[in-house]
Amino acid sequence: MKVMEIITAIIFMILGLIVMYGSIKLGSNWGSDGPEAGYFPFYISVIILLSSAINLYQATIVNKKKITESFVDKKSLGQVMAVLLPAIIFVLGVQLIGIYVSSILYIAFFMIWLGKYPPWKAIVVALGVSAALYFMFEFWFQIPLPHGSWINLIELLGMNEK
Amino acid sequence: MEEINSLFNGFAVAMSPFNMLLMLVGVTLGVIIGVLPGLGGANGIAILLPLTFTMPPTSAIIMLSCIYWGALFGGAITSILFNIPGEPWSVATTFDGYPMARNGKAGEALTAAFTSSFIGAFFAVVMITFLAPLVAKFALKFGPPEFFSVYLLTFCSFVGMNKGSPFKTISAMMLGFALATVGMDTVTGQLRLTFGSTELMRGFDFLIAVIGLFGIGEILLSMEEGLAFHGAAAKIRRQVVLETWAKLPKYWATSIRSCLIGCWMGITPGGATPASFMAYGVAKRLSKNSENFGKGQMEGIVAPETAAHAAGTSALLPMLSLGIPGSPTAAVLLGGLLIWGLQPGPLLFVEKPDFVWGLIASMYLGNLAGLFVVLTCVPLFASILRIPFSIIAPVIIVICAVGAYTVHTALFDVWLMLGFGLMGYIFKKLDYPMAPMVLALVLGDRAEDSFRQSMLISQGSLGVFFSNFLVAGITTLALLMLLWPLIGIVMKKIKPIK
Repeated sequence: MKVMEIITAIIFMILGLIVMYGSIKLGSNWGSDGPEAGYFPFYISVIILLSSAINLYQATIVNKKKITESFVDKKSLGQVMAVLLPAIIFVLGVQLIGIYVSSILYIAFFMIWLGKYPPWKAIVVALGVSAALYFMFEFWFQIPLPHGSWINLIELLGMNEK
Repeated sequence: MEEINSLFNGFAVAMSPFNMLLMLVGVTLGVIIGVLPGLGGANGIAILLPLTFTMPPTSAIIMLSCIYWGALFGGAITSILFNIPGEPWSVATTFDGYPMARNGKAGEALTAAFTSSFIGAFFAVVMITFLAPLVAKFALKFGPPEFFSVYLLTFCSFVGMNKGSPFKTISAMMLGFALATVGMDTVTGQLRLTFGSTELMRGFDFLIAVIGLFGIGEILLSMEEGLAFHGAAAKIRRQVVLETWAKLPKYWATSIRSCLIGCWMGITPGGATPASFMAYGVAKRLSKNSENFGKGQMEGIVAPETAAHAAGTSALLPMLSLGIPGSPTAAVLLGGLLIWGLQPGPLLFVEKPDFVWGLIASMYLGNLAGLFVVLTCVPLFASILRIPFSIIAPVIIVICAVGAYTVHTALFDVWLMLGFGLMGYIFKKLDYPMAPMVLALVLGDRAEDSFRQSMLISQGSLGVFFSNFLVAGITTLALLMLLWPLIGIVMKKIKPIK
């Protein structure tokens, strides 16, 4: 936990420095007709730097004697990763092969791997959800969802609304 | 009594067939959202917001606010039956709700929870009906310095009232402000902090942050415990409902106390969650059988549910009349108003009375519809949680991704959502509060605008914030709230010396 606190405080400070750099580039002083674009963000970055410095101080020096539990234990981390990593791959899939195909693969994968369902059941449910999404968004709401930049299955199958 | 006239006008607006249908749809969706983990009130509304772009704003806000009421009701279902709070404001309901359910009194517990919610909401809506126009009239006299001082007070209260480290609150809040500045500056037209990226030109949208922080983040957090939903059976028979209603008036004092706590917490930036805890704590301390709290006391359900629902509803008061949301969900609704081109604040009452009063009228109706829906359909909603997690989790994540994408039709936002999700997970574990960050993201631009206009008026002097009684008073109060934790530490050190 302590390590995580320190890392987070440092990340905040880095963000503060980035904001400071960006706002100085824009001009953080009083311009000819009022505060320049970087005025507000500059002082915000100052406050970020100050408060995260204090956080860092508290994490390292002040709370040294406190018995800290670990940030996350192995089993919990495993379960969190079990959700996070497939989610990342899913979003990658949305970008490359479109959301309809990705969600079929994602839901089916989860059901088979975590839920231990027989593959045919998983595919049926996954297809069902994906089809529901398709009809809701492409036809009813008329809001286009990503069709995939690499392999556009919808276009290949001729199912897109022209 | 012109408020009553306006209210009746509002009812005329709210009771169109389309709007009534939306109310029912909204409430049902809201209860489902309240029951599912990961699709919370703020998050659910954020996801459904883009779908309302084609609706007239009045209908859109009616549906969205009914989703909110539904979520307020729905959170109690899983708390009582499964000991799993569907919403953060239902945590306190698990304390006495789940024991009651385990003792076979689930029907009683649920009825008590829903009825208390309704009473809390009703109290708050009546208060809104009469107070909101007054506050709006008062706020019409506000200039940029006054508005900025109110924003300052809002944010400083977060620092003052948060129990954790004030510096973490400040860091999170400032991060929100910094994120809000990214993109095109409306005054000078310059691109700020985009570092040449075209994706960042759009800036960070609060909707994406909300879906990520409160949606993905919460799913990641719930995964830590693994998920097994074994819950008590639930059916509400009419006999039980009537019996419980007969027992409830006994707790009228608790009820009124919790209504007041809820309204106060809703108006000040606190929201439903702290309200529910505070009401529970107060009720326990003041009750005659405080030892039974935690073992299945009905009072232990009445207090938090009344307060949470009252707070959730009254959070709309400052949102409508001042443009300052009193809770994260109200912040999302505020964002929605801005997207539809409406300016929340005192002018809204003057320029768009139909919208405002239609919304207020729908609060009465929506809550009534909500009570009816939950009392009749509890088994249906409870069975949703019996769907195994391996199906629900990916479906929820797919829905979140769709929600994030449809805001700006941008894939970058979906990646951002994941990033915010990870951030939310880490923040929650390290006790960095997320609500001030979201609020800063929503209000950042407007706060900055007020600040710049005030600076222009005063030609750079900060004294403008003390230039008249009103502004000076609010600013002083804000600074007091900011330094409250410090004052607390000083007081503690003085006392032992005495």
